Amino acid sequence: MSMATQVSRRSFLIGSASAIGGLSLGFHVPFAEAAAAKNAAEVNAWVVIQPDDQVIIRIARSEMGQGTLTGLAQLVAEELECDWAKVTTEYPTPGQNLARDRVWGNFSTGGSRGIRESHEYVRKGGATAREMLITAAANEWKVPPSECVAANSVITHQPSGRKVSFGKVATAAAKVTPPKEVTLKDPKNWKIAGKPLARLDTADKLTGKQIYGTDLKLPGMLNATVRACPYFGGKVKSFDASSVSKMPGVRKVMQIDDTTLAVVADTWWQAKTAMDALTIVWDEGPNTAVSSESIAEMLKGGLDAKDAFVQTTVGDAPGALTGAKKTISAVYAYPYQNHATMEPMNATARYTPQKCEVWVPTQNGEASLAAAAEAAGLPVQQCEVYKLHLGGGFGRRGNFQDYVRQSVLIAKQMPGTPIKMIWTREEDMLHGAYHPTTQCKLTAALDDDGNVTAMHMRISGQSILAAVRPEGMQGGKDPAVFQGLNLTGDEGHIGYTIPNLLIDHAMRNPPVPPGFWRGVNLNQNAFYLESFIEELAHAAGVDPLAFRRKLLKNHPKHLAALEAAAKGIGWDTPAPKGVGRGLAQIMGFGSYVAAAAEVSVTDGQMKIHRIVAATDAGHVVNPAQVERQVEGSFVYGLSAALFGECTMQGGRMVEDNFHTYQVMRMAEMPKVDTHIVPSGGFWGGVGEPTIAVAAPAVMNALFAATGKRIRTLPLKKQSLA
Amino acid sequence: MARLTINGTVRDIDVDPNTPLLWVLREQAGLTGSKYGCGVAQCGACTVHIDGNPVRSCVLPVSALSAEQQITTIEGLSKDGSHPLQRAWLKLDVPQCGYCQSGMIMAAAGLLKKNPKPSDADIDAEITNICRCGTYNRVREAIKLAASGLPAKQST
Ligand code: FES
Ligand code: FES
Repeated sequence: MSMATQVSRRSFLIGSASAIGGLSLGFHVPFAEAAAAKNAAEVNAWVVIQPDDQVIIRIARSEMGQGTLTGLAQLVAEELECDWAKVTTEYPTPGQNLARDRVWGNFSTGGSRGIRESHEYVRKGGATAREMLITAAANEWKVPPSECVAANSVITHQPSGRKVSFGKVATAAAKVTPPKEVTLKDPKNWKIAGKPLARLDTADKLTGKQIYGTDLKLPGMLNATVRACPYFGGKVKSFDASSVSKMPGVRKVMQIDDTTLAVVADTWWQAKTAMDALTIVWDEGPNTAVSSESIAEMLKGGLDAKDAFVQTTVGDAPGALTGAKKTISAVYAYPYQNHATMEPMNATARYTPQKCEVWVPTQNGEASLAAAAEAAGLPVQQCEVYKLHLGGGFGRRGNFQDYVRQSVLIAKQMPGTPIKMIWTREEDMLHGAYHPTTQCKLTAALDDDGNVTAMHMRISGQSILAAVRPEGMQGGKDPAVFQGLNLTGDEGHIGYTIPNLLIDHAMRNPPVPPGFWRGVNLNQNAFYLESFIEELAHAAGVDPLAFRRKLLKNHPKHLAALEAAAKGIGWDTPAPKGVGRGLAQIMGFGSYVAAAAEVSVTDGQMKIHRIVAATDAGHVVNPAQVERQVEGSFVYGLSAALFGECTMQGGRMVEDNFHTYQVMRMAEMPKVDTHIVPSGGFWGGVGEPTIAVAAPAVMNALFAATGKRIRTLPLKKQSLA
Repeated sequence: MARLTINGTVRDIDVDPNTPLLWVLREQAGLTGSKYGCGVAQCGACTVHIDGNPVRSCVLPVSALSAEQQITTIEGLSKDGSHPLQRAWLKLDVPQCGYCQSGMIMAAAGLLKKNPKPSDADIDAEITNICRCGTYNRVREAIKLAASGLPAKQST
């Protein structure tokens, strides 16, 4: 069978799997019933098999483009020993997870954790199901299971050569007591995992068939849009519903909480048109004097403040710096940024006093369920969430469930009617969970031989955890601020060995809601550290690669990633005329990443010619998918570095759509070569770490090309002429 | 009331004439393949063809259209996903989240119609759609693959 037909058949099956989820019917059919309708057997929580041998693999994490659906299915299928061509996937619902004692574990999809956090239990899920299938076949043949093997969805009794397919024994297998222990395969022997297999979810994205949250249609559904007070800390003072309530299609104009108004209409366009016409007076709240300038001043005050939270300390950096002959110091800054997912925030809710249901593209179905229950005022058991495909997530759709809350509050005012709420792009831009803003002062001492003898890295600025996850704080300190800068740890430790090192944080929290933005704090930390390391290399008169080699000697994995990127760009050969090269490396989200960039500047315009990236994520589940994530990371990271800034003025954000919040497009996109250099033995994340090396590699290359050091992002604010 | 020819079918649609084509397609015609990304002609997620030319339907009021004009959406680009661009896209597994991809494909189809062998510079100039997931390089590759003529039936 040709690949095209295989894939399209598979996509048909994905389509039918979502029909099982009830999307096309409008209302949810519990998948136990749906499975029964197809005589499918749930062998265990992860694996459902139909009599025709189709395998449905359950995926708890959310697909938002990063490929986790395919990757996690590969891991289960690998252990299950099933025929990959017969695999489809489905999402269990958060309510089912709750009802079944969280059998599918954590639904949260963020921190590049989809695979690295769940690989073990999903593989065990596949292996357990395989053993149950083998036992069922052996029981039927009355032979010891140890004489049977499974491969490609077929169980073979080796001595006799008898064979039976999974579909024939699945029902019996479901009744077998699961083995207590299973042995997982050595990744060396993988046949499905580790291979660059085609994604399972492509075909419907090419024909308009894929249903996103904004596309959902339910019988009797109405449409809504909201407007929340754009001033942080402000609220609704008054509004005049009569100004729009007679407009075509308008069903209801409502206030849903202190800050937010909603219009419900027959169509979304009618709701939006009425909302635009609605007379609203805002109470602008206490922050109207806050601007980007005032925030920058506030952060500047933290750069030399006496009090700071200390995270990383070796030797006596302040002492060594005071006594040093040669010190170098620089101040860097990183702005607020919006996630700007391509699909604006949205959710659809139906509320009755007995039950609240929400259909939503979410990175964390369980957080959506909790938000729905709270907004509905119903026990969580009386609520349910159906996850839809995400038009981008990037961290906006995980922790923050404001849109779920709003959609339920709207639905609550019209019980029984499903209402789809979609934000305008403007709403999305003005009500972000913004990448936090920080500044950083770095001071280092160099000895006569160009060795870094001491370094103090003072970060000043906003804590995400203080605002959104206070339970993660440690005695007032936000440990996440130091992402990639810890001395030890599997999540991300600093590769440089410096005898006197101090990294601390003066927390300064402006009244702007911060959030987890793809790459999170690793982004600015790598920009600061990797730019400054090159400043030191230049001050020492040493080639930046050679300079880093010496500092990374105790951290071979960091160095190996850097060497791979440097080699790929041809670091040892001269750059083309007018072209500058720059490097960056960091460890974060459990992976070692590096980038090398080539840029030139003509008439004040920078062109990025080429990027070479290297990633060591330990084990690689789908190398083609890793390449796509790495390429995408440069688009996300460079959009931020070149253009990304949300400006505060008068207590609210200025940029409200893509004409003012520019992002990278085709013409700016460099060629990206990705080198995957897995060293094995650990499981690192892929979706985020590379973003952090994009900006410093390019800004270092820009310095090499022009001698201009960029210390404040985004680049668009700097003149290169 | 608007009379529109959408994917070859003439339809009378009861709608305020100021309504942008995008929302008529999505809400009245039930064709949700064209997406809302910005509403101000910036992102291209809403790209459809009018008489073969790509346009951003989020800023085009239906009153500006006549029944003679052929509107083609992603759903009408081919019957079964067999347009050379769709096949090239499938072969290279271009989409990530996919939300921008209908618009990307329609923009690319418009480009190939008037320029069957576009250069990199042509692609840069014509494909100005936004993809936040960062599929640009694969979009470029897929356009070139489609332009180079895919085999009638894929054999790989
Ligand atoms: S939605 Fe039309 S260009 Fe963005
Ligand atoms: S594939 Fe997600 S926005 Fe383009």
